[in-house]
Amino acid sequence: MTSSVKAVEALGITKRFGPTTALNGAGIAITEGETHALVGRNGAGKSTLVSILTGLQRPDEGEVRFGGQPAPPLADRDAWRQRVACVYQKSTIIPSLTVAENLFLNRQTERGAINWRAMRTRARQLLEQYGVDVDATILAGDLDVEQRQLLEIARALSFGARFIILDEPTAQLDGPAIQRLFDRMRALREQGVTMMFISHHLEEVYEVCQSVSVFRDARHILTTPVGDLPHSELVDAMTGEVTAAYEYRSRTADASAPVVLAAEGLGLEGRYENVDLTVRAGEIVGLAGSGSSGKVSLAETLVGLRKAGTGTVTVNGTVVKQGDVPSALAAGLGFVPQDRHHEGFVPLLSIAENATIPIARKLGRFGTISPSRRRERGTQMIERLDIKTTGPDQPVADLSGGNAQKVVFARALADDPRALVVINPTAGVDVKAKHSLLGAVEDAADRGAGAVLVSDELDDLRICDRVLVMFHGKIVKDVPRGWTDTELVTAMEGIHH
Amino acid sequence: MTTTKTPPTPPAVAAPQGRRIQLGRFRDLTLVPVIVVLLIAGSFVDPVFLTMGNLTNVLQQQSALALVVLAEALILIAGKFDLSLESTVGMAPAVGVMLVIPVAAGGFGLELPGILAIPLCLLVGGLVGAFNGFLIMRFQLSAFIVTLAMMIVVHGLQLGLTQGKSLFELPESFLYLGSATWLGLPAAIWITGALFAAAIVALGYFRVGRSLYAIGGNADAARAAGIRVERVLWVVFIIGGVIAALAGVLETGRLGGISANQGVGWIFMAFAAAVIGGVSMDGGKGTILGALTGVLVIGLVENILTLKGVPGEWKQLVYGAIILIALMISRLAGGKAQD
Repeated sequence: MTSSVKAVEALGITKRFGPTTALNGAGIAITEGETHALVGRNGAGKSTLVSILTGLQRPDEGEVRFGGQPAPPLADRDAWRQRVACVYQKSTIIPSLTVAENLFLNRQTERGAINWRAMRTRARQLLEQYGVDVDATILAGDLDVEQRQLLEIARALSFGARFIILDEPTAQLDGPAIQRLFDRMRALREQGVTMMFISHHLEEVYEVCQSVSVFRDARHILTTPVGDLPHSELVDAMTGEVTAAYEYRSRTADASAPVVLAAEGLGLEGRYENVDLTVRAGEIVGLAGSGSSGKVSLAETLVGLRKAGTGTVTVNGTVVKQGDVPSALAAGLGFVPQDRHHEGFVPLLSIAENATIPIARKLGRFGTISPSRRRERGTQMIERLDIKTTGPDQPVADLSGGNAQKVVFARALADDPRALVVINPTAGVDVKAKHSLLGAVEDAADRGAGAVLVSDELDDLRICDRVLVMFHGKIVKDVPRGWTDTELVTAMEGIHH
Repeated sequence: MTTTKTPPTPPAVAAPQGRRIQLGRFRDLTLVPVIVVLLIAGSFVDPVFLTMGNLTNVLQQQSALALVVLAEALILIAGKFDLSLESTVGMAPAVGVMLVIPVAAGGFGLELPGILAIPLCLLVGGLVGAFNGFLIMRFQLSAFIVTLAMMIVVHGLQLGLTQGKSLFELPESFLYLGSATWLGLPAAIWITGALFAAAIVALGYFRVGRSLYAIGGNADAARAAGIRVERVLWVVFIIGGVIAALAGVLETGRLGGISANQGVGWIFMAFAAAVIGGVSMDGGKGTILGALTGVLVIGLVENILTLKGVPGEWKQLVYGAIILIALMISRLAGGKAQD
């Protein structure tokens, strides 16, 4: 780095929300022109720092400086936007408005009536300038996740800021889209844009960032060039203890074990076709592939969230009714859906209640539910999955991402399923939670369940006895344990050797 | 549509997008075919139907309801709810009038100048809206429950103050707007038309109007874009109350008195008109023009039923059925799930 000017500095920031201290004398300094990673476990204070750096919240103590100058007053939104742009974790695109209007939200015109044609022209110029290939006249709700994100980046930069915060931009993107995002970030960096990049995926930090700051328990732990910090030490800094990488258990799949989950000639128009699949008791089968490979649709069909056009699904020897979750559960299947917020839990209900929904009938007679037995089951689950909570009565909405995901696991495992389908279990959870979630899958296999694990993370797939690689809706490869990253990725990208 | 050349996009993508834009444009007007069908059907029912006199009559009868629909549409687009508008339609004119008429006619005895009756009425409407906004924004209460309670409170206030009686001895100036004729058409039609036109322009071409869509679509995103969400919503509630009060003035002028039940039950019609006109109950979607077509459908149906001589007891059932059918048609034409 040639420049040593600080594009942004936060000094001695403290922020409290009632009894909890979100930031405790923490700070960060980012050199102009670099891409700086901010990492930390859930609850380390990253989100609070983002809202303070973007002027949405006032720190209780400490100060923010841009290019050596004190930050503008909080009320002056325009001044903030000229200094810092942010692509938030939560989309700030309004789906019912057009792309053009989203770009110029609340600044459609300087004054007077809006000239829609002129605004569309400006929108096209802006999109072209940032190389975003999107029609300005369509509704933003019709864009896919990647396009929406590009729209947010273009809008954020259009205020003239030279510093941009990207808060977990890769969380919802698939492999190729992440690479395109990184290419874009590198291009922006060449133009002298400073970036702060937040991600749970540490390999991304090494790929695209020059330096990294670690936050833990509301404090700043360290800042260093990425090259000086090996992966394991970075994890140690985040967790505050020496954690080994996840130890994958060795298991020998029993080829004579009964088949617990099978698909025959399964096909769904436009998603996947003619899929055959067998999972034996005690076996973990991975499903890998790009976002368009159909792997998630296939898994959702296995559990009954989707209805296949052709073929059958057999759980535990029973042919289940297509597209019917209850009949799959009755046959002995448990599953962890892709989007835990959407299909995984009921946020306002307690942990115990969420975890026991599938086994409610076993908790009392004649349709009643015994609260004490429910609590008891809840407590067992909390211990078994190591859920960090105040007790089984705490609403799931209060838990961090990783712990909420454990509750979803608890629900999936509540009835000791013979077959388990798990979709992207480690998305948006921190390192420690990831280990216990993968451990839970392996535990289930050790107890004799057969599992299907769908994941975008190569690391997750290492617990599998074999990995089926999908490409454009077909299973193209069956890879046994002991694969290399390259081997799997080339198959996922459809490159045959 | 613009004729400017769009930057080259892959043809495979461009084709469906082009279709979607057109569909999106038509979504505002999905009720136009329904209106055409009603006009044709009406002309078969009774030769009187398609006369200028009858159609003018329909418009005048619907003008007060149309204003409530306008107010509700503004509030719905901004992602909120106001059930109390219907009670304001009765209470605001009653209070405005009672401040100017003598005790003998049912007034408070203040006997303020008669010319002030309308401004006072609009002020009362604005205050109801402001109080709604205060409860919803400051106390973070649900708009549905707050305005449900306010619907009962405001109507109860009218009943209490008037002792449940109708007011008949009204100042001439108060009746003028609802009964006068300007350039051959009832003044109420001109006023309602002008307000709809103003709202269409404001929501289509001005930043403050567009901010309603932004707030209704995603309030957090609107806030991040620098829109003062609470302030805008508050103003929308106040404007809604004022428009509802004006609707009360027009209705009073048309009927020549204020009954104790003026406005009662209107809110369901207002919602029905707004929603079949394409305004989303979830906020952020729909247009004022669409809401206007919704009112027209309801007005034409009512007129046809009257001309056909359908007994009053059966009208409710037919209304409800027509609303359901209109919803199904707009769902099929719009192609997207109703929300």
